[in-house]
Amino acid sequence: MKKRIVYELKGLYRDSLRVTGYEFGKGKKSVCIVGTMRGNEVQQLYCCSQLVKKFKQLEEEGRITPGHKILIIPSCNPYSINIQKRFWPIDNTDINRMFPGYDLGETTQRIADGVFREIKDYKYGIQFTSFYMPGEFIPHIRMMDEGYSTVEEAMKFEMPYVVTRKVRPYDTATLNYNWQVWETQAFSFYTTTTTTIDRRSAGQSVLSILKFLAANDIVKYQSSGRVQKSVVFNDTELVSVRTAKSGIFEPLVKVGDDVGEGTPLANIVNPYDGEIMETLYAPLESKVFFMHTDPLTYANTAVFKLI
Amino acid sequence: MIKTVASVSLPVDEVLTIKKRRIQPEGKTKGMKRISIVTGIHGDELEGQYVCYELGKRIEAEFDKLTGIVDIYPAMNPLGIDSITRGIPAFDLDMNRLFPGNKEGNMTEYLASGIMKDVSGSDLVVDIHASNIYLTEIPQIRINELHEKELVPFAKKSNVDFVWVHGASTVLESTFAYSLNSTGTPCLVVEMGVGMRITKSYGDQMVDGIFSLMKELGIWSGKAPKVRKPIISKDYMDVSYLNATTGGLFIPQVNHWVELNEGDVIGEIVNPLTGEVLETVTSPVDGILFTIRDYPIVDEGSLVGRLLRKEVYSK
Repeated sequence: MKKRIVYELKGLYRDSLRVTGYEFGKGKKSVCIVGTMRGNEVQQLYCCSQLVKKFKQLEEEGRITPGHKILIIPSCNPYSINIQKRFWPIDNTDINRMFPGYDLGETTQRIADGVFREIKDYKYGIQFTSFYMPGEFIPHIRMMDEGYSTVEEAMKFEMPYVVTRKVRPYDTATLNYNWQVWETQAFSFYTTTTTTIDRRSAGQSVLSILKFLAANDIVKYQSSGRVQKSVVFNDTELVSVRTAKSGIFEPLVKVGDDVGEGTPLANIVNPYDGEIMETLYAPLESKVFFMHTDPLTYANTAVFKLI
Repeated sequence: MIKTVASVSLPVDEVLTIKKRRIQPEGKTKGMKRISIVTGIHGDELEGQYVCYELGKRIEAEFDKLTGIVDIYPAMNPLGIDSITRGIPAFDLDMNRLFPGNKEGNMTEYLASGIMKDVSGSDLVVDIHASNIYLTEIPQIRINELHEKELVPFAKKSNVDFVWVHGASTVLESTFAYSLNSTGTPCLVVEMGVGMRITKSYGDQMVDGIFSLMKELGIWSGKAPKVRKPIISKDYMDVSYLNATTGGLFIPQVNHWVELNEGDVIGEIVNPLTGEVLETVTSPVDGILFTIRDYPIVDEGSLVGRLLRKEVYSK
């Protein structure tokens, strides 16, 4: 294992911002795994830490196939994590809206540029990322449906679900999109949580990435031998259940639960008198794929996404 | 009259309402032209607040000269304005990346959709921004090159100092102005002043510009104020960017909107702890300083100024 600083930015009163990478193996740039870009992505950081631990073991045991280099960057943004702010401390910009970056541009453009120079030539790119709304997901792989990445490769993660999505205008400045412009097969990895640590889905991500790398002969890893086939669908196939009222969100199910048509999913409760203002029901037999987790909700909010 | 553009209940005993003021002549208004003045998409930009107030006051003072409809939308992001938050509080989203919105979408998309519906069909929209809290801008209009032909003639009448026609960017397709311009409602984007403050002289200049535009559209029968001729830039090479090469405290040594020669000192970036001068910021070209940093703390890469090259305005 080689630990090195991928990018550094000097602070005025703070310690330098250091983007640290962990390299395993030697040879062609095979896989790059990137963790947090935003200051609230604690689970994404944790997942990378578990991967660093695992790859250290694999390297010591000689289980990384010769000729392959793997780079893990647990965090591109320690500054924001350390002050518990989602975006960049001074100007609130999002590093994951700055790719491919610009070395003479603004601060987060420079960070994006510095990181991207190091990671753009890898064959595979995996990013642990988070949804813009607070909530929990069934762990899955997400990919753009018009890019360089293929569903066949995504299935090698053996995650229960692979979700494809159409490219939207704001995607064009994300890491995932730009990786593909530079001909890296890029995948976004969603685990269950963002701001809290979920050990089970973190463990699932480690296992899944090992399966992916084993399937591509980058590491030697013996799984149970039973190949799990992913269900592939487009995100437009998810059925949203929206609130009509604002109030306290009282969920009655959990992410991953199978629900029948008419199953009560949640109550929206009046925050003053405790009256139930609205009960949300499952409109079809389905599985809870995403669930809002904040104690309060606004009206018109898609608090459930069902598959 | 005050009208509700869009509203939604918040979780605890509060309704979020986006309002507009419509000023129109008495009697029938069918067939009359309509101008919409919009501001407050970013909650930390307040320059447009004064423009809305002053515009309404000056129209009322000569109400008999009004020959069309004026819609004033002072607060597109009321929660942001109330909490000194640039984006939409709680969602941490830039409202100017949500358009055209979605009636069936979440609260923010729903509000954006309601605003679009109400503003669409105006004969002209003026969307007033105030840079951000970091940079001070000379009154200027920014135009996406895709809409140059329709908008530059309006921009010339708007009493700004500078018209900046910039390149198209996919990321900007979700802005309010792009969404309107791409669906047939012309929208000018004004940038002036600085966030969290009001620069009265810029506000007065903009109000004059709006009266000029109203006159042009046939909404105002009174005398049109004399407007200044703007510098127009259409080439991205016209603008020179000054980014800090180090973090520190930026202390400017020149005023905003001054002409500089190559090598002139613009300011210093210093370290108050050690007393060191970390960088002397100098002008890389002969030009005029149309953007200058207002917020003194900079990171490496922070924008400290923008210059328009001399050859653009001395033609």
